[in-house]
Amino acid sequence: MGEKPIEGERKAFMTGNEAVAWAALAAGADIMYGYPITPQNEIMQYWTRLAPKYEKKFLQTEDELSAGFTTIGGVLTGRRAFTATAGPGNVLMQEPLSMAEAMRIPIVVAVQQRGGPSTATVIYSQQEVTLTCFGGNGEGLRVVYSTSSHQELYDYTIKSFNTAWKYRFPTFILGDGYQAKMRESLVLYDPAERGVEMVHPEPFVGKPGVPGEERTASHFRNTYNIEEELLEVLTKDIEEYEQMKPEVIEYSELNTQDPDILVIAHGVVFRSAAMAVDELTGSGEKVGYFRPITLRPFPQEQLRKAAAKAKQLLVVESAHGQLLKIVKENLYGLNVPIRTYLRPGVGITPEEIIDECKALLAGKEA
Amino acid sequence: MEIQPKMPKSWNPASKPHKFCPGCGHGIVLKALGQVIDELGIQDRVVFGCDIGCSLLSWDFFNVDTVQTHHGRTTPVMVGIKRANPELIVIAYMGDGGGYAIGSQHLVNAATRDDKVSLILVNNTNYAMTGGQMAPTTMPGQKTETTPYGRDVTQAGYPMMGPEMVSAITQDNAYVARGSVAKFRQLKGYIKKALENQMAGRGFSFVEALSTCPTNWRTNAEKTWAFLEDKMTKQYPPGEFKVPAVKEE
Repeated sequence: MGEKPIEGERKAFMTGNEAVAWAALAAGADIMYGYPITPQNEIMQYWTRLAPKYEKKFLQTEDELSAGFTTIGGVLTGRRAFTATAGPGNVLMQEPLSMAEAMRIPIVVAVQQRGGPSTATVIYSQQEVTLTCFGGNGEGLRVVYSTSSHQELYDYTIKSFNTAWKYRFPTFILGDGYQAKMRESLVLYDPAERGVEMVHPEPFVGKPGVPGEERTASHFRNTYNIEEELLEVLTKDIEEYEQMKPEVIEYSELNTQDPDILVIAHGVVFRSAAMAVDELTGSGEKVGYFRPITLRPFPQEQLRKAAAKAKQLLVVESAHGQLLKIVKENLYGLNVPIRTYLRPGVGITPEEIIDECKALLAGKEA
Repeated sequence: MEIQPKMPKSWNPASKPHKFCPGCGHGIVLKALGQVIDELGIQDRVVFGCDIGCSLLSWDFFNVDTVQTHHGRTTPVMVGIKRANPELIVIAYMGDGGGYAIGSQHLVNAATRDDKVSLILVNNTNYAMTGGQMAPTTMPGQKTETTPYGRDVTQAGYPMMGPEMVSAITQDNAYVARGSVAKFRQLKGYIKKALENQMAGRGFSFVEALSTCPTNWRTNAEKTWAFLEDKMTKQYPPGEFKVPAVKEE
């Protein structure tokens, strides 16, 4: 009891959901709150099996509203608290997330995207990009890591706790049903042994001392009386978000020097894109890729630089233009043609991307 | 000149006079709560959560750690806090709309899960902050902004009987009561027992406080009191619904 869940490094072959549960343990998460929805259920299921061995807690709530708000409660006590959801659950969770955004509460949420709109499929999609990045009645002051492998699910779950507690913006691990459910090999590790120092979580409430005598009472609110009062708070939050950007933004790119096509993809679709680019490059084609890892904040300057050198862009995603919308917004004013391969709620193979690229290279509209 | 009684120590003098309307019952409920916090000596351990609606005005009412939440969501935030740190004494403070309508699933499930939290729900028979619409607690025949001809129970349903429901779904270790701002000492006693039940780690605690809203009832002092004392207490009988058996020392 109480010992470290992972000593040294351990090779594993497991589902993505299991990887998230192990990563939360390795990150020192104290409590998970959750509500069942496919395809993220096994995060809770593995957590509830592992948690008691390491004196961790779990609460199964009555819905995702409650899962989000109880997670906020856990965070307020200075515990690393997290939750996980998908699809319609992610819709409900936007209410607590907007409160977390407003009150700078470092909540961590794993989202395993499923088909939408509505109940749709329990299988897979990339259709929760807009919701996760910009959901709620706010300004999208969040950090969203779009993972593409089990190793990344593990790495970025650990990282999410640090990003959240360092910058105090809600932080998401954005996976999908494929990553959630398939098995893949990865290396589990204790972050300390890799030199990753976990940010110490400070309590918001229940600090030592009598409020009003030995310390000031913590008064947290999300309601303001006048417009200017709100603007003042938001201006500060937006400034801090902008300052954070360069420290948090992550991306990867390949063959961005003068490509005939620059493929833009994120998440698990990026894997198909990378394989396609590799194969096309091998057969002598000038094709590169750009992959945003953080969808919020978005690597704007980096993409603009890469896109400016490309003859055309090909945005590939398992949604009808959610990444595309973000890409367009970030490339505003740049004169480069944008082609698309949009497959809402459906997986995309490397072969499809290769065919699409070949058609474009042959000068044909796909 | 009459000497004013002292404010409870746990009150935040910087936010007084408070922001509730003249004649509103919230201040009386919060005075009872303040005195209870003082008497139990738990000012350093209390986390007070306030809902949205008129209760949101209590976000800086006390010199205790306070979290303003969303409409109906105070219960889950306080449950989350208590689960993560059981040393803290959590109080979820809400109105009838927050507790019985939009957040009713949280009330029902926190009660059945027997979460060790204390809920105080103020029943003033309407949505007051939004301008006096029908609430789950609006009395049969009562006029509100959305029942301008009076609440027709065949269309708009019957009043929610909160403590009756909560006592039906909780275990024997729960404390459930309904008090009234018209009987301060009784209400204060109920609130005290609700907090003691949590402090003893026994079980879920719930107190409904019948309260007044002259602004939206459009009543003068006399009629306000008459509505509370004569009408509301007939629909909503005050008293203790569930008192846990405490072992004799």
